Formats: sequence, C-alpha cells, structure tokens
Amino acid sequence: MRKTTASQDFIRGIWEENPVLIQMLGLCPALAVTNSVANALAMSAATFFVICCSSVLVSSCKRFIPKEVRISAYILVIATFVTLADMLLQAYAPVQHKELGAFIALIVVNCMILGRQEAFSAKNNVYRSLLDAIGTGIGFTIALVMMGGFREILGTGSFLEFSLFGPNFEPWVIMVLPAGGFLTLGFILLAMGFFEQRKKAKQAQTAEASS
Amino acid sequence: MSDQTLFSIFFSAMVVNNFTLAMFLGLCPFMGVSARVETALRMGLANIFVLVLTSLSAWFLNTYILESVPYLRIISFIIVVASLVQIVEMVVKKLSPTLFRALGIFLPLMTTNCAIFGLAIFQTNRGYGFFQGLTFAVGAGLGLTLALVLMASIRESVEFSDVPDIAKGTGLVLIIAGTLSMAFMGFAGLL
Repeated sequence: MRKTTASQDFIRGIWEENPVLIQMLGLCPALAVTNSVANALAMSAATFFVICCSSVLVSSCKRFIPKEVRISAYILVIATFVTLADMLLQAYAPVQHKELGAFIALIVVNCMILGRQEAFSAKNNVYRSLLDAIGTGIGFTIALVMMGGFREILGTGSFLEFSLFGPNFEPWVIMVLPAGGFLTLGFILLAMGFFEQRKKAKQAQTAEASS
Repeated sequence: MSDQTLFSIFFSAMVVNNFTLAMFLGLCPFMGVSARVETALRMGLANIFVLVLTSLSAWFLNTYILESVPYLRIISFIIVVASLVQIVEMVVKKLSPTLFRALGIFLPLMTTNCAIFGLAIFQTNRGYGFFQGLTFAVGAGLGLTLALVLMASIRESVEFSDVPDIAKGTGLVLIIAGTLSMAFMGFAGLL
C-alpha cells in the first residue's frame, strides 16, 4: 500500500474517492432522501456523526477486536451510534426525523461506513482515522447536497424552501419523485464521464505535441 | 395494528412501492448482479427466502422482546439479520449443496443488503401483524425479483448496442433504472 500523508487522507474522501459519485457506496440514502436540500443536510449530518464516532472508536479499540469477529464488532459499533443519532435527531430536529423516517435506521447498512472501518480505521491510528472519516463525511455531504439541490430546484422551483423563479415556473414534478433520483445521479455521472474524457483527450494531445 | 388488507399490502410492496424502484432499497445487488438474467433471478429468489425469515424473526422480536426495550431495536435487528444469514448459509450448505453453489457469494452478501434490514424496520413502523408481515415480505421479495430480472434483461439487450463512451457503466444503468422507475409510477393508481 502506498504511504499517504495526513492531508491526503483528508482530501481523498472529498473528491478523488468520493464515496457516492466515484465508489458508488451508500447509494440507498443518497437517492432516497435527496428530494429536498433540508432532508439531504439532515441525512448527511447524521451520517457524518456516525462515521466520525465509529471511526474513532474502531481505530482506538483495534487491538482488542479479534480478527475473526471484526465485521460483527464494527456493525455493532455502527448500530450503537446510529441509535444515538436517531435519538438526537428526534430530540432536536423532529420535523426532519419524521421526513427521513426509517432511513435514519438504515444508516447501519450504509456500506460506505463499514467500508471505511474495514479499509482504513482498522489499520491506522485515531488521528488519521478521524481525518479520513471527516473527509469521507464531507464527500458524502457534497454529493447529497448537490443532488438535493438539483432535485429541489428543478422539482419545486425553490431552494431550501425559498422560491427562486416566481409563480410562472412550471415545476418538473418528476424530479422529486423516485424516478428523478435515478435520473439525477445518472446525469451527474454522465457529466463526470464527459469531463474525464475531455481531460484525457487533452492530455493525449499535449503528449503528442511535446513528443 | 394496521388495518390494510393483505391484498393491498402485497401489491403495494410488489409494484406500487417497489423496494428497489420506488424506495431505493437493495440498490447494491441491483447495480452489481443485474448483468445476467439467470443470476438476477437466483439473487431474487434468495432474497425472498431471507426476507420471509427476517419478517418472522422481526415479528417475534417485536412481540416478545422489544416491547420493554424499544431503544435496542436497531442493534437487535442488525444482529438478527446477520446471524440469520449465517444460519441460512449453513443450513443450505448442509441440506442442498446444489442450491448453495447456485447462490454462491450472494448469500453472505445479504447481511449488508438494505432491503432486508429495511423490511424489518418498515414492518415495525407500520405495525404489521404476523400474516401482514409475511405478506409484506413475500410481496417485497417478488418486487425485488421483478425489478432485478427486468433490469438484467434490458442490460443484456443493451450490451451489444453502440452507446456513447461516457455512458458506459453505472451512468447508463442509472438512467435505465430511472426509466423503469417512471414506468412503475404508472402502477400508483392501482390502489
């Protein structure tokens, strides 16, 4: 494995290995709760809390967890923090808690969190694991807010419930329905593929010109 | 106790609120194993099997144990799902090695399948009883199978067509899924 610096651990999760857009992990919440920016933010906050806490706990306890049962141990740690997040959200943001409903509980089976524990926290120290978790959490938040933004602006003509286009705008209702979630993520991926390809073509051109 | 009829629960879980296309549960296998119709079908059948068992144990937990300690719900459900998958794996391996080989890696992967865990949570939130839970599980499983097989057959026929380079891979799958999901919206008037 390539040695990385602390800042690389942090930056990597945000863009280069963005959990949702590049690694395609944690798709269920990313599609299900992004019909408005407020929901997307609440979901990202809960996930952020869970991933940071479990990364710290897993990396600090890694010596005591036997190798054979490590996956079950990670799942238990995650489930505990999800229960906490569920209760906190219920207490401080009851509206969002009601909107998100069962999807808060479903953070447990978000493969992104388990993936980070297994791939990173189990092998690195607390400081690095926390940085990695924060980076991944920010990457997740960016992806969710981006999708929530697209869907809310096109689907209801508003952003965080502030009307943007005035009464003459005909909202694309499809965008806030389930189909819109698939289409939004699909088009974001297509756009990313397009830029990737253009970058490659440019690199090939400069390589040709220099040789 | 919810007062929906068994029939409406069944159809709601199968087509109207299809787990994959309307509620985004179980997307990982939906993206991962939907390249061939045959594997998609097997995955769907394995899903039905585990969903029914999960529904039974979630009902048992809710009725006899979680009454007094509701805050342990998430933890106990995930433990039940994980150990259930392990037990099913061992039993199937012992009783029918053929079926075990056919299911392969998909059986253990089911632990982190959100459709299974989601079923337990939704069943609890809606207050389904024993038979309602069973109907819900079978309907949801059939719905998953339907979505997987549809997706796999579309992907099989798209495979040899000339799609633009940027659309190869997940982007295309998501667009197809969006279209399928739109088609399933047509069922919304059914209930």
